[in-house]
Amino acid sequence: MDNESTYSGYSYKSSHSRSSRKHRERRDRHRSKSRDSSIRDKSVTIQTPGEPLLDAESTRGDDRDDNWGETTTVVTGTSVDSISQEDLTRVCKDLEDSAPLECRRYLGLALGGILGLFAFLTPLAFLALPQLLWRDSLDPCGTPCEGLYISLAFKLLILLISTWALFLRPPRATLPRFFVYRCLLLVLVFLFVASYWLFYGVRVLEPRETDYRGIVGYAASLVDALLFIQYLALVLLEVRHLRPAFCLKVVRSADGASRFYNVGHLSIQRAAVWLLQNYYRDFPVYNPALLNLPKSILSKKTSAFKIYNLGEENSTSNSTGQSRAMIAAAARRRDNSHNEYYYEEAEVERRIRKRKARLVVAVEEAFTHIKRHQDDEGTASSPKHPREVMDPREAAQAIFAPMARAMQKYLRATRQQSYHSMESIINHLQFCITHNMTPKAFLERYLSPGPTLQYLDNSRGRQWTLVSEEPVTAALRQGQVFCLRRLDFSLVVTVTPLPFLSLGEEFVDPKSHKFVMKLQSETSV
Amino acid sequence: MSVNPGQPVVAVVQRIEIKKLRQGENLILGFSIGGGMDQDPGQNPFSEDKTDKGIYVTRISPGGPADVAGLMMGDKIMQVNGWDMTMVTHDQARKRLTKKKEDVVRLLVTRKSLEEAVKQSMGKKYPCYKQ
Repeated sequence: MDNESTYSGYSYKSSHSRSSRKHRERRDRHRSKSRDSSIRDKSVTIQTPGEPLLDAESTRGDDRDDNWGETTTVVTGTSVDSISQEDLTRVCKDLEDSAPLECRRYLGLALGGILGLFAFLTPLAFLALPQLLWRDSLDPCGTPCEGLYISLAFKLLILLISTWALFLRPPRATLPRFFVYRCLLLVLVFLFVASYWLFYGVRVLEPRETDYRGIVGYAASLVDALLFIQYLALVLLEVRHLRPAFCLKVVRSADGASRFYNVGHLSIQRAAVWLLQNYYRDFPVYNPALLNLPKSILSKKTSAFKIYNLGEENSTSNSTGQSRAMIAAAARRRDNSHNEYYYEEAEVERRIRKRKARLVVAVEEAFTHIKRHQDDEGTASSPKHPREVMDPREAAQAIFAPMARAMQKYLRATRQQSYHSMESIINHLQFCITHNMTPKAFLERYLSPGPTLQYLDNSRGRQWTLVSEEPVTAALRQGQVFCLRRLDFSLVVTVTPLPFLSLGEEFVDPKSHKFVMKLQSETSV
Repeated sequence: MSVNPGQPVVAVVQRIEIKKLRQGENLILGFSIGGGMDQDPGQNPFSEDKTDKGIYVTRISPGGPADVAGLMMGDKIMQVNGWDMTMVTHDQARKRLTKKKEDVVRLLVTRKSLEEAVKQSMGKKYPCYKQ
């Protein structure tokens, strides 16, 4: 089960071809207008296709399940047709997340491809149309034209290859608002190509221009300009944000795990995307079971005093007075809960260490039971004791049995049992055996909570909400704070600029390193 | 003994007169010195203040002229025949003590026990011999 979520969608890096951006911008503008009216504060959703199915269930711990039956009131009148609240939310989420996003992800790419192709074919069209329409009246054009043909061909080839390399990538994230630079570039390309067509139509097609060399030169200049636009795209989209300028502090609200990242000049939404991609690698997985103080410590405080209201019927005015009195009384009482917390922690730590020791020993012993079968041993092994040759899966199942109990107890102690099913443990064991790993390498996955990415299945997308007081296309500035929210926790991000470094120089002559012994003489006189 | 840079040194001193003994060609005094401006003051076992670069008596040959005259190990030599010994190098100190033309050296030495003794005998107020 996953408490975390990745998300897939467009990333700022994987822009589609330049042309697609324009179309996406049009679509996004329409959509964001309709959405903005429905959202009051400036929180926009990073939507992904996907599955939030387990999110509703993910925060239920074992103890909450136990108490649930006792403390809730019974809903009467349920029929077989009614569905529970959870099912309802699940269905709503499915409807919300699934259909529009599939189209959205790939539609943009398809439209982008079309505009890119159009821009690519324009120079060829410029060359071909006069030949097709009024070939007879064209001036013959010798060597200079051929030179231009060759350069045109190679430039188009380079354009094609670099577009493929840079822009045609499957999108990894969906941004809430349109990506300003991409849209700028799309508009630029479109205007450019449109104005070239305009001039072509007026100056060449209508009067049936006969100077073919001029037409070829015109097409070559278009290709040059497209190459320069691509250079601009490269700089704006890929290079500008590489030089670090800000330091982002990311703190997970649920358990305080924090990291610092250096980023360059980005808008808030792009920074959020970049951050989340690193989040899945760097942050240990969020385990809600690890958070709570044991109930035994916390509950003692609240049950100290009970206040009875004798003889008064409306107690509305007294309620605040009551709570204040209780708090004051509780504060005056000598508070030993920190003591209990300390001993409880020490006890838990000791238990974990003991179980870890048992686990390590069990695994080491289990691994000694098998070894890799060498083919040339076939004749050496005696025919009296034919050894059974197993494939990795069977070997894994064979040695899993002795360590299963120790593993289960350890996972229970560290509250990781929900992340590792028996099936997944056997799979991992099989993997380790196949690759000749030692027991320690096998255990590395269980002894420390790994990054969130390890626990995900990638078939589904993840949904995060970007909450910010400023428009999310604004550039990063000092002192900005924004949040990335999931269902059960959020990441709070603070922006600080990196300090300006003033580097000085001091030259040290290598010959200046000289030493003397400290003197301590004694002379007799 | 108090060492304040730039201030005159204040100490309780004792006058010791040593007659040099002739041993073959040499005139010896019968003690060894350590310390000096060019030496490492941290290694001095006798000084209170480990930045003190004065000349200290490190060894006394028993029965020698210095021993007879009452010089003790660990004494700091403040003057030799009127010459200052608090700001000299080790070699200069050696030269001042071993002048061939002098038979007698008159030392002003100081040690911790002198101050204590003076304090006890005179009560609270006691005279200081200024250098």
